[in-house]
Amino acid sequence: MTQLDRRRFLLASGVAGGAAVLAGSGVVTWRSLQDAAASRPLPAGQQVLVVLTLYGGNDGLNTLVPYADPAYRSARPELAYPAEKVLKLDSELGLNPALAGFAGLWKAGRLAIVRGVGYPQPDHSHFRSMDIWQTASPAEPVNTGWIGRWLDATGDDPLRALNIGAVLPPLAMGGRASAAALPLGARRTVPAALTRGLTALGTPEPADSASRALVRASYAAEQLVQASLATAGGTPEPGDQESPAGSAGGQGSLADQLAVVARCIGAGVPTRVYSVSQGGFDTHADELDAQQNALGAVDKAVTGFLGAVAATPHGAGVTVLVYSEFGRRVQANASQGTDHGTAGPVFVAGPRVRGGFYGDQPSLTDLADGDLKVTTDFRAVYAELLAKVLGSDPGRVLGPLPGAPIGFL
Amino acid sequence: MSTQSAAWIAAARLVRRTGFGASGPAVDAVVRSGPETYLAGLLAPAADPGAAATPLPPFPPLAPVGRNADRAARLARNKQRREQLQQLTSWWLGRMLSVHQPFTERITFGWHDHFATAASKVRSATALAHQNETLRRLGTGDFRTLAQAMLVDPAMLIWLDGQKNTVRGANENLAREFMELFALGHGDGYTETDVREGARALTGWRIDAGQVSATLRPRLHDQTPKTVLGVTGNLDQAGFCDAVLARPAAAGYVCGRWYGQLVSDTPPDAATLARLVAGYGAHRDLAGLFRAAYLDESFARAANSIVAGPVEWLIGAARALKVGTDAATLTRLAGILRGLGQLPFDPPNVSGWPSGHAWLSTAAAQLRLQAAGWLCRTGDLSFVSAAAPGQRLDAVGYLLGVGTFSDRTAAALKPALGNPATLVTLALTSPEYLVH
Repeated sequence: MTQLDRRRFLLASGVAGGAAVLAGSGVVTWRSLQDAAASRPLPAGQQVLVVLTLYGGNDGLNTLVPYADPAYRSARPELAYPAEKVLKLDSELGLNPALAGFAGLWKAGRLAIVRGVGYPQPDHSHFRSMDIWQTASPAEPVNTGWIGRWLDATGDDPLRALNIGAVLPPLAMGGRASAAALPLGARRTVPAALTRGLTALGTPEPADSASRALVRASYAAEQLVQASLATAGGTPEPGDQESPAGSAGGQGSLADQLAVVARCIGAGVPTRVYSVSQGGFDTHADELDAQQNALGAVDKAVTGFLGAVAATPHGAGVTVLVYSEFGRRVQANASQGTDHGTAGPVFVAGPRVRGGFYGDQPSLTDLADGDLKVTTDFRAVYAELLAKVLGSDPGRVLGPLPGAPIGFL
Repeated sequence: MSTQSAAWIAAARLVRRTGFGASGPAVDAVVRSGPETYLAGLLAPAADPGAAATPLPPFPPLAPVGRNADRAARLARNKQRREQLQQLTSWWLGRMLSVHQPFTERITFGWHDHFATAASKVRSATALAHQNETLRRLGTGDFRTLAQAMLVDPAMLIWLDGQKNTVRGANENLAREFMELFALGHGDGYTETDVREGARALTGWRIDAGQVSATLRPRLHDQTPKTVLGVTGNLDQAGFCDAVLARPAAAGYVCGRWYGQLVSDTPPDAATLARLVAGYGAHRDLAGLFRAAYLDESFARAANSIVAGPVEWLIGAARALKVGTDAATLTRLAGILRGLGQLPFDPPNVSGWPSGHAWLSTAAAQLRLQAAGWLCRTGDLSFVSAAAPGQRLDAVGYLLGVGTFSDRTAAALKPALGNPATLVTLALTSPEYLVH
């Protein structure tokens, strides 16, 4: 999707949704979350979904490696992992060496891997493909995301879904309601005169244009702001590390984001869906190290998170979804990297998950124009999460779905 | 408060959308000259003393580090590289503050957003500075020349792996993003085959040692025929560029993106876009496009629709308060922009920065308030302080180029009339200053 289209997307969501992006949902603070946890904690037995978006198009074939397939090695002479390096899951497939924690989850039966996930008529644009995944509408652009529509369908509490980071991703935007947002980072106390002034600037004014009303709305929410979570580490300096051109990362490291989620769950915050993200997967060149670093960060953050929540009262009901906008081309390019592709594996992890493989592994020889053929529609994954984790009717969010449940929950 | 005339408010909008912020005297001048004369001056600029006073600093080549260099040597080199990139950012911020007429820098920043290239991957101040100079030099010329320059620009070749795109194996990154984000738009209906064929046309470019030019290496270039968007031949980068720009949708795409930057957050209707495309013309004249956008009838209708992004907001405020351009100040400004999410040379991805309402989160409100407070502690508030308290609302409006404050904002500012720093801080965060 182009910049202009995405701007239109944001605009439609923000304005048509009654300023939902900022006003209806509002940015919340750690203190307001604690208040909510104290006054109306998440009821026992209510499950929690954590949606982890990997931006940039993660190379599925070097994540879940078909190490025994000669076609894998011949398509990627310099990029293929040798059999002895992968973390073998069965006689054909193994995990990237950076995913040791995921391999542990697999052994414990708490990791489901859905293979060959994608959507019809794959689009190779980062921006359009990510919109398709987040809106769950492959046929035409829409202004709402799948979690946003779940919010629309299920009630009024703005805290039911929480994005970590101040800028909401499309998946979290509904037509009527949108996810709340918790910014990461330390805050300083503001002098009283300025706080009072900002509160006054947050008063409605009939003469305001739509855009000015949004400024005002953000200040109205600001009245709540005094404290928030301080997180370790700062923003990297330019030049510190590579961030490939197509990958918009989340705010703060994934470990920081998930640490906040773990604290929320531990405190009993009444949130059912959390959204977190990591970038760094647009590996057109020198892929091996870059992808291993990125996957290693995911591995540590996710397994650390599941370990941290395991001991909490709601830990038994936490499920993590990990997906990216597309996999990459089967054939490596000449830069020890891969170009944009299609289907990829989706990971679902947590204590309630029935570990194992689901969906067929795409063939490396029966390709569509050099790309893997999709074997599982991504909406089937969402449907199962909506039904089994959130206890909602998937049809209200996704429309009519063909096919049987996948069965990972 | 007294309200300025409709003509003054319209002139203020034009000043703000042609630069960073506005000041009362600058707006008065446009009221006197009229928009056409003002725009003619912008598009045929005289040498700017502020630009002459802020020449690009030299970036000495980084100390070479061999394959077997020890950790200390690598760390030293990384430190040098980081310092050069910080110096580059400070230089541009200093330039934005120093120029007498900021139009060129505003447009250059717009092109930086359009051809978004990030230091995190390019890691060369020399290459990024060269790209920046190219955007400045060609930014009001014709789009074909600019687009061709970007296809062989060293920083761009690093950023989108163009250097790794050879006849032995294509790398599609640059060809795809050129079509999707730079020149044509995703909605045009080009195919994956067009992307792959286009990548072959772009094969063989290698960056020269000085990092300010690239050369086509015939042995690395795919010499066989390609077909891009229906054009068949032994296409090279120029042939590829022309095939893309010849598409009917290409002009509308470029004009539409600039409409979003200069006129309104709401996409133009077909008739409006057609007027801009007419200004752009067969020669893809960017000055013609800008003139058409600023003078279009929709410009007046689109009042109070553009949210000032962090760079525009901060540089505008810093110019109005005449904060210094010493190294410490520039470093502080860069830190604020990083916090607000719009540090030059550090766009989040190849599609550039978000825009509009994306900047209006509560987290940003807090950061802006802190930044405004700092600006008012270091900047020059004498114009407001010198006014009697009863006149200070008018004074701050004139200082910032705000023609009128709403009743709500006037009421919010009133308790601060006795304290110029608080007054200007709040005015800088008012909806009237943030949205124009």
